[in-house]
Amino acid sequence: MSIAITTQIICFSVLSIVILIGALGVVLLESIVYSAFLLGGVFMSVAGLYLLLNASFVAAAQVLVYVGAVNVLIIFAIMLVNKKEDLKPISDIKSRRIISTSICVTLLSLLIRVDLTNVWSLSSPQNSIGEESTIRIGEHLFSDYLLPFEVASVLLLMAMIGAIVLARRDVMSRDISTGLPVDQELIEKSSEPLLSNKN
Amino acid sequence: MMNLESIPLQAFLIVSSALFCIGIWGLLNSRNAVRVLMSIELMLNAVNINLMAFSSYVDNNLIQGQVFTIFVITVAAAEAAVGLAILLSLYRNRVTVDMESFNLLKW
Repeated sequence: MSIAITTQIICFSVLSIVILIGALGVVLLESIVYSAFLLGGVFMSVAGLYLLLNASFVAAAQVLVYVGAVNVLIIFAIMLVNKKEDLKPISDIKSRRIISTSICVTLLSLLIRVDLTNVWSLSSPQNSIGEESTIRIGEHLFSDYLLPFEVASVLLLMAMIGAIVLARRDVMSRDISTGLPVDQELIEKSSEPLLSNKN
Repeated sequence: MMNLESIPLQAFLIVSSALFCIGIWGLLNSRNAVRVLMSIELMLNAVNINLMAFSSYVDNNLIQGQVFTIFVITVAAAEAAVGLAILLSLYRNRVTVDMESFNLLKW
């Protein structure tokens, strides 16, 4: 590794603190818009951790896919469903909070115990391949991981078509009885919500 | 001052465990459906940190963990797209994003 150990420790501490505080903000903050932007910060910090682990290609992929696509998609979704609504109070919210928090703390302590007590058989981290990792990932993708790679492309196509089918409005492009194309203004017509009582 | 030659693997594992548990807490406690999707993304990121740390410390010659991370990122992007599309169609039918009101299948 090329960076001095003190610099690495400082970078790691700052990135971990940003990740953990940002994640807490994502789940705890009242405003969902702040949560979305904090989520972008968490994704960027995770990309920084990948850089610290000598994985520049995965860090770039993380920034491009998570910050550039997933986070923007989430912000679009917030924009589309942004409505102030008064949530109905739940009667047993306190017991739910207690149970879920205790489950999470138990799981966390279990995981940390496993992390600290297990003896990991590490190879020497010093002879890392560094910049060659991009070449190695490409070799993996086109030799022993070729089938998952192709399946991933089919999966992305299916997800794209599925998302379009699920999210579009049900509008006929042509009239069923006459076969003529319908007025395109109908696409922007506000549709009646099905299962809700209007207020 | 500790005499280290690099950051220990355990530090990365602890950060990813904490991130995963925060994600689970958010998944269980959020009432906004968009926040549930964000919590799922947090959990996927925790798993990715784990894979990358093991790939760098245990298997730094054949970096198979990095390839796995690429696949996880791909699947996460597909999941986010489909999840948000489902959320939009739910919102169109129910005019709410409250998780408590999506109880059509509740016994």
